[in-house]
Amino acid sequence: MNYHGIKAIYFFEMNRTWRTIMQSIASPVLSTSLYFIVFGTAIGSRMVEIDGISYGAFIIPGLVMMTLLTQSVSNASFGIYFPKFSGTIYELLSAPVSYVEILLGYVGAAATKSVLVGVLILITARFFVEYQIEHPFWMVSFLLLTSVTFCLFGFIIGIWADGFEKLQLIPLMFITPLAFLGGSFYSINMLPPIWQTITLFNPVVYLISGFRWSFYGVSDVNVEISLAMTVLFLVICLFVVRWIFKTGYRLKM
Amino acid sequence: METVIKVEKLSKSYADGFEALKEIDLEINRGEIFALLGPNGAGKTTLISIICGIVNPTSGLVLANNFDVVKDYRAARSILGLVPQELSTDAFESVWRAVSFSRGLFGKPRNDAHIEKTLRSLSLWDKRDSRIMELSGGMKRRVLIAKALAHEPKILFLDEPTAGVDVELRRDMWQLVRELRQDGVTIILTTHYIEEAEEMADRIGIISKGQLILVEDKNKLMQKLGKKQLKLSLKNKLNQLPEALTDYPLTISADKLDLLYTFDAQSDDNGIANLLKQLSQHDIEIGDLNTSQSSLEEIFVQLLKDSA
Ligand SMILES: Nc1ncnc2c1ncn2[C@@H]1O[C@H](COP(=O)(O)OP(=O)(O)OP(=O)(O)O)[C@@H](O)[C@H]1O
Ligand SMILES: [Mg+2]
Repeated sequence: MNYHGIKAIYFFEMNRTWRTIMQSIASPVLSTSLYFIVFGTAIGSRMVEIDGISYGAFIIPGLVMMTLLTQSVSNASFGIYFPKFSGTIYELLSAPVSYVEILLGYVGAAATKSVLVGVLILITARFFVEYQIEHPFWMVSFLLLTSVTFCLFGFIIGIWADGFEKLQLIPLMFITPLAFLGGSFYSINMLPPIWQTITLFNPVVYLISGFRWSFYGVSDVNVEISLAMTVLFLVICLFVVRWIFKTGYRLKM
Repeated sequence: METVIKVEKLSKSYADGFEALKEIDLEINRGEIFALLGPNGAGKTTLISIICGIVNPTSGLVLANNFDVVKDYRAARSILGLVPQELSTDAFESVWRAVSFSRGLFGKPRNDAHIEKTLRSLSLWDKRDSRIMELSGGMKRRVLIAKALAHEPKILFLDEPTAGVDVELRRDMWQLVRELRQDGVTIILTTHYIEEAEEMADRIGIISKGQLILVEDKNKLMQKLGKKQLKLSLKNKLNQLPEALTDYPLTISADKLDLLYTFDAQSDDNGIANLLKQLSQHDIEIGDLNTSQSSLEEIFVQLLKDSA
């Protein structure tokens, strides 16, 4: 293992985070907090409870999950896309680092950032809304697992993208809509039966449902299924990355 | 002599089908400075990129220090350093951070003293806290060299290191290359400045259209292919050659005060002794004489013409 290499990449990426702290951390925390202000305190009081949970509290896990997903994908994709774009990727390709080490560095740093954003959002939410965490261990597990998985997914997007447009396409066109329709703001039990079935094809439903369960002990779908789906997606991403580095797809001519 | 890099039957076809390298065979000796010359698009960067792991070979084998650069990439790459042709830098990073990053990436523990020494030797020490985007092009080139040297490579590739670099920096760079060679580093460089290869290199390879058309010791190359010219400065104007001398490859200069004699540098009998004897027999007095050898540039142009 090239530990120095992993460390170098990780801290290089983290340094980029601190350098752009407003954009990488402050801005997602702030924009998510707006939801709490609007839905938690202003409108939330007029909304009915869902599953016995006040509306403001109900949307917290979904909102954290939504930000986690978009941040993970855009962070990690940018992290690897930028060296490709600027040409500095030559150094990474010529260095004695394996793809696992490259992943640990890039995805590790991006996931750290995502977790940090997630935790900051939860802390901020506390100022506006009362909520509890029933299963802290599972809450942290979902937080970590989701960050790592979607950073990995973002990493793949970053390698695949050959322009800034494509880089933004996935988070905007897929992640955000899927998160909105994945039960961030409602319980899927509130949907007509046909839509409930369709919704089950949305992978984000499982993430949000599992995450919400760790807070309030209630979920739309089985928690085990949530976990299994996330791990499955993680494994698929791992295989794709392995294939990318084996063939040099979009990395090496 | 010990081989540090061995290239065997290396071919590369790019995705569009273009054959950039055709069955290249090449061996680089430990501690030498090897200059790779060739016109634009000849395949120099492609060759270097494959050795360093940036481009996948289509077929063939490359060994660095006896390690296969594909299968044993970790062992092979840790001794290689690369200064790319393009000025690709981390614009927003400081010089110090960027160079330290390179050392870590190549698996070496932190060593501030080495980084400092490298930055000082490239006159970058004063700029260590500057962001790279604030540096001039020549300075950025130095940063790339510092990054390549950060992990103390045994073999250094310099892909057109002096392109777009002023005279002073070029001189500094060659000084650095000499010092590195003294420390036992093998250096492979590409350049379009033939004088540079002529001055620096121990051996020269000429590549054209993806084929190595020649690899030769520099001195031997110049001897082998170089024509020498003997210039005889005459005391009196000479309007016409005496009959007896017309068989010699002689020409009279425009001002009729010089006599030019061209001969093969490697032939045993260059005919100079006879020529001088003949000249004195015809009362042609010589004031001064000197010989000159054709430059590598001329050899290079000639070779490319021949291979075309
Ligand atoms: N990614 C690529 N796809 C297709 N063709 C390529 C690619 N990269 C290089 N080539 C072609 O391969 C040939 C060799 O290119 P290379 O960059 O190795 O030349 P070079 O000798 O370094 O030239 P220069 O002196 O201009 O730097 C060129 O004809 C170039 O157009
Ligand atoms: Mg080139």
